[in-house]
Amino acid sequence: MSATASHRRLLAGLTALVALLFVASLLTGPAHVGAVDSLAALFRGQDDMLALVMREIRLPRAILGLLVGAALGMTGAVLQGFLRNPLADPGLIGTSASAGLGAVLAIHTGLASAFALGLPLAALAGAAASVALVLLLAGPRGDALALILAGVAISALAGALTSLVLNLSPNPFAANEIVFWMMGSLADRSMLHVWIAAPIMAAGFLLLWPTRRALDALTLGEDTAASSGIALKGLRLRLVGGVAALVGAATAVAGAVGFVGLVVPHLLRPAVGASPSRLVPASALGGAAVVMAADIAVRLLAPGRDLKLGVLTALVGTPFFLHLILRTRRQTL
Amino acid sequence: MVIRWLMAACLVGGLGLPAGADEAPRRVLSMNLCTDQLAMLLAAPGQLVSVSHVARDPRASALADQAMAYPVNHGDAEEIYLARPDLVLADSFAKPGTVQLLRRLGRRVELFDAAQSFDELRRNLIRMGDLLGRQDQARAMVARFDADLAALGRPPANRPRAAMYAANGYSEGPESLAGEIIDAAGFANLAETLGVGGGGTVPLEVLMLAAPDLVITGEPYPGASRSEEILRHPGLTALTARNPSRVMADRDWVCATPQVLRAVAALAAAREAM
Amino acid sequence: MSGLTLQGLGLTRNGRAVLSGVDLRIAPGEFVGLLGPNGAGKTTLLRAALGLLPADGRSSLADLPEAARARVAAFVAQGRHIAWPMPVDSLVALGRIAHPGAARAADRAAIDRAIVALGLQGLRHRQATELSGGEQARVLIARALAQDTPILFADEPIAGLDPAAQIEVMRLFRDLAGQGRTVLASLHDLGLAARFCSRLVLLHEGRLVADGCPSEVLTPANIAQVFGITAHLSQGPDGLVYQALDLIARPRPSRG
Repeated sequence: MSATASHRRLLAGLTALVALLFVASLLTGPAHVGAVDSLAALFRGQDDMLALVMREIRLPRAILGLLVGAALGMTGAVLQGFLRNPLADPGLIGTSASAGLGAVLAIHTGLASAFALGLPLAALAGAAASVALVLLLAGPRGDALALILAGVAISALAGALTSLVLNLSPNPFAANEIVFWMMGSLADRSMLHVWIAAPIMAAGFLLLWPTRRALDALTLGEDTAASSGIALKGLRLRLVGGVAALVGAATAVAGAVGFVGLVVPHLLRPAVGASPSRLVPASALGGAAVVMAADIAVRLLAPGRDLKLGVLTALVGTPFFLHLILRTRRQTL
Repeated sequence: MVIRWLMAACLVGGLGLPAGADEAPRRVLSMNLCTDQLAMLLAAPGQLVSVSHVARDPRASALADQAMAYPVNHGDAEEIYLARPDLVLADSFAKPGTVQLLRRLGRRVELFDAAQSFDELRRNLIRMGDLLGRQDQARAMVARFDADLAALGRPPANRPRAAMYAANGYSEGPESLAGEIIDAAGFANLAETLGVGGGGTVPLEVLMLAAPDLVITGEPYPGASRSEEILRHPGLTALTARNPSRVMADRDWVCATPQVLRAVAALAAAREAM
Repeated sequence: MSGLTLQGLGLTRNGRAVLSGVDLRIAPGEFVGLLGPNGAGKTTLLRAALGLLPADGRSSLADLPEAARARVAAFVAQGRHIAWPMPVDSLVALGRIAHPGAARAADRAAIDRAIVALGLQGLRHRQATELSGGEQARVLIARALAQDTPILFADEPIAGLDPAAQIEVMRLFRDLAGQGRTVLASLHDLGLAARFCSRLVLLHEGRLVADGCPSEVLTPANIAQVFGITAHLSQGPDGLVYQALDLIARPRPSRG
């Protein structure tokens, strides 16, 4: 079938783009080292400093860009499919902010240093609470207003509590970190962060991947989906768990990178014939590409300034968001 | 209500103000860490009525023990006004609103720029002496500082390279007090070769590839922070595993007082041990 | 064998009985029209019978596990909101979700049959969200047909369709019943219901008040009691002919 063939081509193209950006990310950095040298250093022995730079700084940054982007793109596609609403995005519905609150609490209560997975698990808990709350408040009826209002409320509360925790911290640096938690950054991450994020993201991926058929079925509403044999209760639990794991782990290591989950599914939807199930892998790859590209851009545009990732994604994402709101309005009028 | 009360108090305070310029102030209050320390070093007994609460923090303050003898303030206009000081000392980065309010209420406020060099350190000491009417003590202290500095010996011809690395990858350049300390201890400041003037962010990979002979980091503050995570980054750990590193107490670096010589001495000792 | 049996089906919402004591047995080959004014409980009855709502009593469908039920009964829901701008054939293909193990050829054949049955050949590559309301309704019915089940439930399937399309759908349902399927559709058009359904069920305030062939159910007394209107009823050459006439003067018919 030609739809399947073109879908395969799309995925292959996106995979190639992701691979290209991964290499580009490895080659981007403030220390000017030749491409061949630095790539070769990646595979050399421990001893030389360039090899360490490649393995301990550039490689984790590239891997995290890929993982965080894929997680955000995938959750955006899944949330939009489930809520039947193109405005659903982990940032807009407050999931990222709540995950950030969980992460900040873990860091400042010492949970994060007590055991390695404390950080992402606390972020996961924050994210899960917010997703559950959004499902409760907005529900899968596709009501955009309820969804956005719920998201605004949850984001505001989580943001305020995050500020509170950071302000009360005895650490003089903590108060300034609200920017990181709101805007996200991949600067100076290490393989440690990869190891704590990856397993939880893998769990989230495994939870969300099988929901694709259900997302298709939900195109025509809950009743139609349920009458097609979809167990909605189990689906809801899976969705809360999977989204929380992916967004929680991503936010724990990279802060809240906004708009990726909104823009990427929006851009790719026409390319997959609007099929919610096909949108899931496409958005995961697309999200990885967007975050890696943004992370390369922040390093090139403002070297040494630690320009936040979310600044760039918001600059690109906000016009899309406004466009979507306009279109949603036009449809409901 | 409060406003009217404050206005009335202002009038009274205003009338009672003229403590002549040549007459030494009798109630001096300091509201920031660096003026706290200069004032504690130079004030006559009973002259200094309050220092900031930070002055008692042993991590930030070189004179934390001494500060225990003074009542502390938190930099609020109201509490400072009620302490009825005839001279308020503050760093130039003090909250401008507070400073303006105190001045409007008729309090004399003197601001001190944070010294970025030993020259500025000397000037601040002399000025503090003038303000407190303790000119002789100030001059003596500058003379002792210069003598102690000279006693630390001359830097070697071939200077090893040192880099200061703090939270968020911040590194102090040559145009800073820390830069002056590094220089005085006989090191070449890596930040200078990287083009950092006063101070700025140095990416970890740049630091690693530059591989300075000594990495100087600050003591971690209580309560974790994401900003300090970089100091535990495996890349930095790998660097400090092969080149020596020193953890320096912030209190000897933060404010320009003669205490900076402790930092210079510690660094010079580290150099000689290399 | 795959008929529908409801026994004492009831549902209480906020202390009010929305549905009570509904007993209904529908055999294969029947096209049953579910009639009643707004709020009578038609949608609730359909959803409870499918097991989409927790209800008291028994339903032969609600007893089945979800996956098995989806291969026995398909449902054309009332709302026609299509969330994504998908092409028509992709939407119709959603009916095959109920058959996860089916061969691709079987899927293809079922989808093609459904598209032909609803006359959607010319629209199959168009975006469903750009179609007219009537065309969308046909697409949604086609999806349920592609599910290829012995039982078909439809909640107001002909609301908003033009007269020709309404008749097409009613004929299709009658033909499906003729092939041995069980069709239960809630309807507001009493005239079309009288003409095409093999049996009518009248629902009033959550209770079944009449059940039988059209001429037994659509009596002036029933119509007055349940709908509060008068109607012209006559036996034409092709069966019962119904035409609504006017509201019955106040007071409205007694309850129960």
